[in-house]
Amino acid sequence: MNLTLKIWRQAGPRHTGELTTYKVQDISEDMSFLEMLDVLNEELIAKGEEPVAFDSDCREGICGMCGLMISGEAHGPERTTTCQLHMRSFSDGEVITIEPWRANAFPVIKDLVVDRSSFDRIIQAGGYISVNTGAAPEANAAPVPKPNADRAFMAAECIGCGACVAACPNASAMLFMGAKVTHLSELPQGQPERSARVLSMVDQHDAEGFGGCTNVGACSRACPKGIPQDVISTLNKDLRTSLRG
Amino acid sequence: MATVTSSRVATARRTTIGLKILMAGTGIVFVLYVLLHMYGNLKALQGEEAFNTYAEHLRTFGEPILPYGGLLWIVRVVLLLSLVGHAYAAYTLWSRAGNARRTKYAAVKTAARTAWMRWGGTFILLFVVWHLLEFTILKISVNPDKQGPNITQNPYELLVASFQVWWLTLIYVAALVALAFHLSHGVFSASQTLGLTGSAGAYRRSKMTGHALAAVIVVGFLIPPLAILFGLIK
Repeated sequence: MNLTLKIWRQAGPRHTGELTTYKVQDISEDMSFLEMLDVLNEELIAKGEEPVAFDSDCREGICGMCGLMISGEAHGPERTTTCQLHMRSFSDGEVITIEPWRANAFPVIKDLVVDRSSFDRIIQAGGYISVNTGAAPEANAAPVPKPNADRAFMAAECIGCGACVAACPNASAMLFMGAKVTHLSELPQGQPERSARVLSMVDQHDAEGFGGCTNVGACSRACPKGIPQDVISTLNKDLRTSLRG
Repeated sequence: MATVTSSRVATARRTTIGLKILMAGTGIVFVLYVLLHMYGNLKALQGEEAFNTYAEHLRTFGEPILPYGGLLWIVRVVLLLSLVGHAYAAYTLWSRAGNARRTKYAAVKTAARTAWMRWGGTFILLFVVWHLLEFTILKISVNPDKQGPNITQNPYELLVASFQVWWLTLIYVAALVALAFHLSHGVFSASQTLGLTGSAGAYRRSKMTGHALAAVIVVGFLIPPLAILFGLIK
């Protein structure tokens, strides 16, 4: 396949960036999207140019490190991570626009790499449970009803890639936060800090400069793990209950 | 073992979710009011006497415990406070959302429904101002053939005279279309914000309720003006 790529190039956090056009030839449709970018980068290095910076780690769809806005869609046209997206999802001769996640809470570090530390700070604000150190407690000591366990596991699938924020018209992180809150709220271990957790996390979310949720569901459609919008409902309910004091 | 505690209730009220809860609550007030308003409008199908008696009953309702027009004023105050809360939350969140992404995407795939809610909502707000000036505050007859106090001081005559004018009917149809879009998403959005859609079934039911309510309200409100425009009510 031959493709035209319009890629966001930005030298550093304080530099202004712009879309630069590149041509790539003889791309196999069995390549992943990131492998296609690897091919481009090898050509750029051979020509003595600066390669395109992008994030990736496991390249098997489980770490949440990669993430690109591909022609206006977070992680591209398939419901998966960018590393698991294959070039067969595109057609020969296509023009593909590649941009970093856009949100003020995700500042660009370089080219397509953004700083998602704001997610870490939301987790630090309350997305955890307090446990005593020492020997791990017996796993089956606290019974969990099957439906709650299922929903907790479903929510725990969130890999924190940030596609929800990138796709959201308001750059809101409610799906991410909803997944984390639902994950812990469904389990007995999450109950003691349930109220403090949601108050602190929502406060941190707003302090980071994420927008509010308008419930349009662009986040869920973009989520590579298919986290449904109803986790935001659980988040909202937990906050409403906690506001009563 | 000590667990984490938080005393952030006060600040959490001003968060985006706190504002959304305010918007959802005031939105419910509007939905209930609009349903009552629709019922009143449909009274026009029963003729002049039934319609004007209904209008008068709205003022004598609750007498003698309430003064004349007392209930109406209570409703007006509640609606005005709801409007202030709803609009304040909406425009604050709109501006926060704008600030949350100052660098826009070069390529955009799907148009967002948020634009429908925000611009549609603004249109509904402007429409409500006109609607109140026309039928409540100034009682304007836009029909050149029907002027004078016997038209403007008679609710039924004012209604009929107004909707015999095609462009006025068109404004109302446009406002209803905007309201339909607003409600079909707003009802679901409010249930989601209040945390009532925490399961797949409740989520689906809430979406369906939004669409159904929007359809009922649009049809219910369209019947009297269209019946007047096409001469079925004179």
